[in-house]
Amino acid sequence: MSDRPVLEPERYELNEAQPYRFEMERRGFLQALAAMGGGLLVVASLPDPLAQESGQGRGGGALPGDLASWLHIDGNGHVTVYTGKVEIGQNIRTSLTQTIADELRAPRASISLVMADTALTPFDQGTFGSRTTPTMAPQLAKVAATARQILIDQAAARWQVDKSTLDAKDGRVVARDGRSLAYGEITSGKALAGMVDAGPAQMARDQWVERGKPAHKVDGRAFVTGQHAYTPDIVRPNLLFGRVVRPVAVGATPRTVDDAKAKSMAGVTVVRDGNFIGVVAPHERAAKAAASAMNVEWDRVAGLPSSETIYDHLKKTMRTGEGGNQRTSGDVTRARADAAHVVEASYRIPYIAHVPLEPRSAVAEWTDGKVTVWCGTQRPFGVRSEVAQAFHLNEDQVRVIVPDMGSAYGGKHSGEHAIEAARLAKAAGRPVKIVYTRAEEFMWGYLRPVGVIDVRATLDASGKLSSWEFENYNSGTAGLQTPYAVASKRELFYATDSPFRQGSYRGLAATANNYVREMHMDALARAAGADAVAFRLSHIQDDRLRAVLTKCAEKSGWPKPSAAGRALGIACGVEKGSYIATAAELSKTSDGFHVERLTVVYECGAIVNPDGLRNQTEGAVVMGLGGALFEAIEFADGQISNGTMAEYRVPRFKDIPPIEIVLLDRRDLPSAGAGETPIICVAPAIGSAARQFGTVAPRLPVTLSNA
Amino acid sequence: MARFVLRVNGRTHEVEGEANDSLLSVLRYELNLTGSKFGCGEGHCGACTVLIDDQATRSCVARIGAVAGKSITTIEGIGTADKLHPVQQAFLDAEAFQCGYCTPGMVIATMGLLRTTPNPSEADIARLMDRNVCRCGAFPRIVQAIKSAAVQMSNAGKGRDHE
Repeated sequence: MSDRPVLEPERYELNEAQPYRFEMERRGFLQALAAMGGGLLVVASLPDPLAQESGQGRGGGALPGDLASWLHIDGNGHVTVYTGKVEIGQNIRTSLTQTIADELRAPRASISLVMADTALTPFDQGTFGSRTTPTMAPQLAKVAATARQILIDQAAARWQVDKSTLDAKDGRVVARDGRSLAYGEITSGKALAGMVDAGPAQMARDQWVERGKPAHKVDGRAFVTGQHAYTPDIVRPNLLFGRVVRPVAVGATPRTVDDAKAKSMAGVTVVRDGNFIGVVAPHERAAKAAASAMNVEWDRVAGLPSSETIYDHLKKTMRTGEGGNQRTSGDVTRARADAAHVVEASYRIPYIAHVPLEPRSAVAEWTDGKVTVWCGTQRPFGVRSEVAQAFHLNEDQVRVIVPDMGSAYGGKHSGEHAIEAARLAKAAGRPVKIVYTRAEEFMWGYLRPVGVIDVRATLDASGKLSSWEFENYNSGTAGLQTPYAVASKRELFYATDSPFRQGSYRGLAATANNYVREMHMDALARAAGADAVAFRLSHIQDDRLRAVLTKCAEKSGWPKPSAAGRALGIACGVEKGSYIATAAELSKTSDGFHVERLTVVYECGAIVNPDGLRNQTEGAVVMGLGGALFEAIEFADGQISNGTMAEYRVPRFKDIPPIEIVLLDRRDLPSAGAGETPIICVAPAIGSAARQFGTVAPRLPVTLSNA
Repeated sequence: MARFVLRVNGRTHEVEGEANDSLLSVLRYELNLTGSKFGCGEGHCGACTVLIDDQATRSCVARIGAVAGKSITTIEGIGTADKLHPVQQAFLDAEAFQCGYCTPGMVIATMGLLRTTPNPSEADIARLMDRNVCRCGAFPRIVQAIKSAAVQMSNAGKGRDHE
């Protein structure tokens, strides 16, 4: 597995221009350049994300090789491990602790992780793409196994015995004669000198002790007592509160700004710099009042598409040749000419929002020209680069700390909130906290991309798939390639213009692409007069995909629903190296349908924490229900019209059917990432079941057009 | 500006503010009780849920003028890490969370629910917890936690009856 991530084009947020061009900063920068004798002025843009992510660019850095950068054992035997990964509820603080405990042979309770602090942890590209378990867990396993070897070496030297006679267990090195030394007694708190071994002896997967068993969240008590401090809970001495004055619509720029009233309020500072307008006040409610007192007239952009006209807009603004993962093979024209059936459709995929319950928030504090920012982000080192660029600092003058987060789902890869808090704190000369309102989070975060997907496929006279054409406008390339055997195919992606910020989402475009692909496979099976499972199986060569689909059919009772009048639908897919099949059983209602139960079969290699995986799988399925049943951003004239929790419906208790989850544990295979893939088959399972009640409109959410 | 007397977790606080100031804002920023979370500011996500005279209330839309003098209970007032409330213990045992941001509000809403409906069905839970969202989707586990808390609290209640 390569450490170099593939950056899918739908990670639009990583290629954005800087959110702000601060005039004050730029003047200072130009003066500094002049003082240095002038010279070449390079207009700053964000570093190429791939270069940055791969550790080659300005923001990067290769993984450190020395053990001490990763692991420390104090005199009491307490183990601290450092990783740049972020805990967002996916429970890696726990699963990584299980891995370390196994390889170090130390009790889980003796281990704590320092995560996502750019001053303390090794560089990391970011917590996305389901990569922690496939890449960071093996890295920390190597770190822990190397540490164990060094501890044994040091004990052997102290006792003057052959190290092969020594063993490590429960945080101690043990000799055959019964003598033992606690790890803390060996290190006395001194750094473990040495390099991380490339291939230290590690447990075989079938020997796992801590891994492979359910483990509760390591710090669960801090969450049920409300004691865990998320970013919005961070308090600093002399902390002030800030608000950004937001444009009325996307692209709007301030024409006139009247800040007299706000400035007259006690303790309020108004900050205007380029297009940035913000206020700082002594407390939260005063900041809100000051922002409301700002009287700004805006110039708006005319002619922006609405949620009705956006799909035509995407086609009008399409560009070819961007993004990878595209394939053309065989002869689709010939296949069409020879086809027994041609089935085609054009699907519409709306923007949807991540809606993490913890909105974007940041606390910034300047000291001696350096800035520390606490904020919610999945890319602490990427945000460090963004802040450094915005203020013309070196990266070592910026520290980003990410407290375990009130989640993100792919929606917090960018650092605008960190820059805003830092700009306000700089003006105020004191630490400043900002917390986005829910409306700001909807409007000024980024959305899951909108898209159009055109699909056309043919069946030959024997009912076999003979061609497959799949064209994705804007929504992205994750899951673009079909896993089904077909000789002739075109799988293409077109970038387009988007009126709103858009970017990564859980599973990226795999949800949209699998929805359309699986709905179309279902339509083809119907055209061929074949069973939807048998039709798929006759086109699947990958045994792992066959296994989940077959198991899901068996567990759901396919093809018979559990009660008369109900409908059963099924879908399968592979994403991020993980295999998923989902069946949905629906009942008919007066205005459509109701989801009665879901059956989910998931296989993602060797399972590290079965209970954690079950929790993640359930969560991804529930999130998938939202996109399948009711989530869609509505907008016109550059404004979101349903950007509140009251109007934008996310799944609630009443929406959750019984969900049966079957996890297939493959100890013979390495662990793949797990938290995203189960989202991708919820909508097509529901959509294909709904077809038994009427015509399903070619779009998300799943809608019966003639219920 | 006026003065308001708030009774929070059995302690009396005098705060300065406007009658329509949000209770959540005062709890978080004046009283440093940050266990109640800001999620939406509209009363529709439940991350800020507190008990007011034993009734689950969204503190982001509760106004200090309206709650002054009443008994307010926040997550900080019901248990500690060493001595969890049975509802907290039930959430911990069921691992009824992922990121945990909704958890304090869920725990408090559960306490409110169990006061009026000590033996809730799943339909009761879906109806009475409709204003609390877990965006991570741990709903099935939360339902389990609520049911298990109901059993434990009912047993504890019976125990008291026999004392």
